[in-house]
Amino acid sequence: MGGKHYLPLTDEDRRDMLTAIGANSVEDLFNDIPTAVRLQNQLDLPPALAESEVLDHLNSLASKNKHFHNCVSFMGAGVYDHFIPSVIRHITGRSEFYTSYTPYQPEVSQGILQAIFEYQTMICQLTGMDVANASMYDGGTAVAEGAIMGCGATRRSKVLVSRSVSPFYRGVLRNYFHSRGLILEEIPLIDGCTNREALGKMLGEDVAAVVLQQPNFFGMVENMSGIAEAVHNHKAVLVISADPLSLPLLQAPAEYGADIVVGEGQGLGVPASFGGPLLGIMAARDKFVRQMPGRIAGETVDSEGNRGFVLTLQTREQHIRREKAASNICSNEALVALGASVYLAVMGPKGMYEVAEQCLQKAAYARDKITALEGFFLTFPGINFKEFAVTVPGDPAELNKKLLENNILGGVDITSFYPELKNTMLFAVTEKRTRQEIDDLVRVMEGWK
Amino acid sequence: MRKSKALLFEMSRSGRQGYSLPPCDVPGKPLEQILPKVLQRSEPLDLPELTEMEIIRHYTELSTRNFGVDTGFYPLGSCTMKYNPKVNEEAAVLPGFAFMHPCQAEETAQGALELLYNMEQCLKELTAMDRFTLQPAAGAHGELTGLMIIQAYHRHRGDHKRTKVLIPLSAHGTNPATVSMAGYDVVQIPCDERGLVDLEALKAAVDDTTSALMLTNPSTLGFFEEEIIAMAQAVHEAGGLLYYDGANMNAIMGYTRPGDMGFDVVHLNIHKTLATPHGGGGPGGGPVGVKERLVPFLPVPLVDQKGDNYSFNYDLPHSIGKVHSFYGNFGVVIKAYTYMRMMGAEGLKQASSDAVLNANYLMNLLKKTFYLPYDRICKHEFVLSARPEKKKGAGAGDIAKALLDRGFHPPTVYFPLIVEEALMIEPTDTEAKETLDAFAQTMEEIARDIDEDAEKVAHGPYNTVVGRLDEVRAARSPILRWKKE
Repeated sequence: MGGKHYLPLTDEDRRDMLTAIGANSVEDLFNDIPTAVRLQNQLDLPPALAESEVLDHLNSLASKNKHFHNCVSFMGAGVYDHFIPSVIRHITGRSEFYTSYTPYQPEVSQGILQAIFEYQTMICQLTGMDVANASMYDGGTAVAEGAIMGCGATRRSKVLVSRSVSPFYRGVLRNYFHSRGLILEEIPLIDGCTNREALGKMLGEDVAAVVLQQPNFFGMVENMSGIAEAVHNHKAVLVISADPLSLPLLQAPAEYGADIVVGEGQGLGVPASFGGPLLGIMAARDKFVRQMPGRIAGETVDSEGNRGFVLTLQTREQHIRREKAASNICSNEALVALGASVYLAVMGPKGMYEVAEQCLQKAAYARDKITALEGFFLTFPGINFKEFAVTVPGDPAELNKKLLENNILGGVDITSFYPELKNTMLFAVTEKRTRQEIDDLVRVMEGWK
Repeated sequence: MRKSKALLFEMSRSGRQGYSLPPCDVPGKPLEQILPKVLQRSEPLDLPELTEMEIIRHYTELSTRNFGVDTGFYPLGSCTMKYNPKVNEEAAVLPGFAFMHPCQAEETAQGALELLYNMEQCLKELTAMDRFTLQPAAGAHGELTGLMIIQAYHRHRGDHKRTKVLIPLSAHGTNPATVSMAGYDVVQIPCDERGLVDLEALKAAVDDTTSALMLTNPSTLGFFEEEIIAMAQAVHEAGGLLYYDGANMNAIMGYTRPGDMGFDVVHLNIHKTLATPHGGGGPGGGPVGVKERLVPFLPVPLVDQKGDNYSFNYDLPHSIGKVHSFYGNFGVVIKAYTYMRMMGAEGLKQASSDAVLNANYLMNLLKKTFYLPYDRICKHEFVLSARPEKKKGAGAGDIAKALLDRGFHPPTVYFPLIVEEALMIEPTDTEAKETLDAFAQTMEEIARDIDEDAEKVAHGPYNTVVGRLDEVRAARSPILRWKKE
């Protein structure tokens, strides 16, 4: 039988326990399951493996994949190959953290509660917001919940989202809104950025929130000046999806008037892991805290006056408010948030700035080199942070095949998300890429077609 | 030896650093030239400045102020805090999984796709469902996905009058919250004197406005809904669907399956039943399985197999779309898959068998001292009421604090709501008889302490790193972040 090493009851224990209960056999304990629905045969599952065998099996699956360790990656679109300091895994690997549950008993959960409180603080420092929660599932669900928060705060039901917001996030947003009967309208693009004039016309007294992304899906830094004023003139709220790695360098969303900041925190030392677990960031101005979904840690004192931390403002949450809760979220990504906190503590203000500046410089270098190649051109001229869209002379899938032959994971083909764009790819260049790697990429691209 | 732990920010010293980065090796341009000043942050970022060892010591100390399954017995009802096997952790961090990008071409991700495909086959068999999506990142996320699928099914049939979802009173809070999120109205169904869903009340409540019944079986009271066949029939006859909340699946693996009971949609909590860790709140995983007629509405993409080749299938014209940016918590799915492959069919059945035996044994020990409102065979968990103790001056919450002093994590308290002063106890399959005996003995000691000096028990805990924390104060004047003095 498999899993014996996880199951401590011996046959003798089982007999003694049944005697104590007054049952003849374990089957007696399952008599309440009607015969008609009782499983007659054993489950048809693959045979149990020993630990060494299961590792062989998983190693063989893992070895079939390309990844950041056997290829050089220029993939982005929300998930990036940033450097992950060794410290992080040693902390998130402490089983006092990772084998604990949501900290409902604060006196034995001060570790994770304080870590969450510190995480909330650092997210506020990055975004300029007043309050942050303990995490959402990912960038997509954070955007959706941020928009719903806007509806809750304004008691309106229409949200405008820019087409420059990640199509992955808009997919989730559309689904959440469709189900709930909320209205979603998309703001068109102009030159790869939100069409500000169109936004102005779409704003009205029925609009709850406007959702923008900075840098946007194409890696472009949008001009945010005046947008918050326009949004606030209609008593709507501005929701910004931000890349935390850009914030040491770019204006904090609070500086251009954001009310709610969401985003994907994967860049903060989180392994890409084929797209999950990721880290949904959620922060807001004070006045929206009652509409905020999810766990929030707060400071308090114990019976002797010592500082301590608890989960607080729980009357927003499902286990207290049930159908009137701000959201149904219960489990979140706490351990991932812990890792992100360690990342931010390790990098500090200078390291964060250096990472952001290297991303900016290296992406600019790669962009200039690639767009100097014959047949390749920058899809949208403008200001890029760490990624940029390139229109290539042929099928992006073919180019990526060519790159893969050179152990390069090339750009993300975004043509299917934007039918008006032909043969367009998104290249991301993080601080991890070297000049040599970028030059190699450019050389292979040059030799293609 | 009680004291607060300094915050990262309070330990910070300007000039210290914890990172090491190579110099930028591309020819740099003046910053202004690639990023106009007006777009730049005006105030420099304020984060703590610390060296690597200070950070390690900080978090190591924090970890000692935290209780996990690896620390000790954690009978938190409905949360299935079973042992999290270490090989699962090893598997999830293999570079061939952990450093994959979600937008990689299918041919560069065959191992990952094969794993997702294999996992789906295992889950289908475990639950008797026809297809699964692994996209939901948590149980509540699975609930929402499931209701979206049900909604899409009714809408597709042009059936727009189904605006209500039925939920038993004993349900988890996530159920009613999910119903609201999906734009439905909640109809509460009472329980009968046995602690089971009141079948007559259910029959009276179902009609052509019923979209679905959401049910946790076994229930949060730990009882198998014996009349499940009649319940399923009543809902189906009215044109509604049955949703299975898999929070308590650890009780029935290999004994019965939601699909065989008549459920149309199932979510599993792989961080409960399939032994992946809870991570201090997450990440979890909430895969959703459906019967054939609901397959067209599943989120995209599905993973299909053709010969030795695995591919994403986005071709589901009626799909609800996506509920996660990518494919869900892949890293957590790896751990659950590893667990299933280690256990096999026999092992999983034995796990459920031991979980139920442990619960009944512990219930039997504790009912000698504590009030058991529903005294009958339970499944994986049972609920005591501390109402008598509360009358003496120390209730369920105080008993919880007394357990903290004695090295145990307490049960879930004050839930389910239908039991006054509830103590909801789930010992799981991975605990030894000695542990259960010790826990029962400790509970008896606490009962004696309450008889002798309830006031003292009501002011615990005494041995924890901090004393009882003032939750009212935290909520009344919220301090939600550190600020510079």
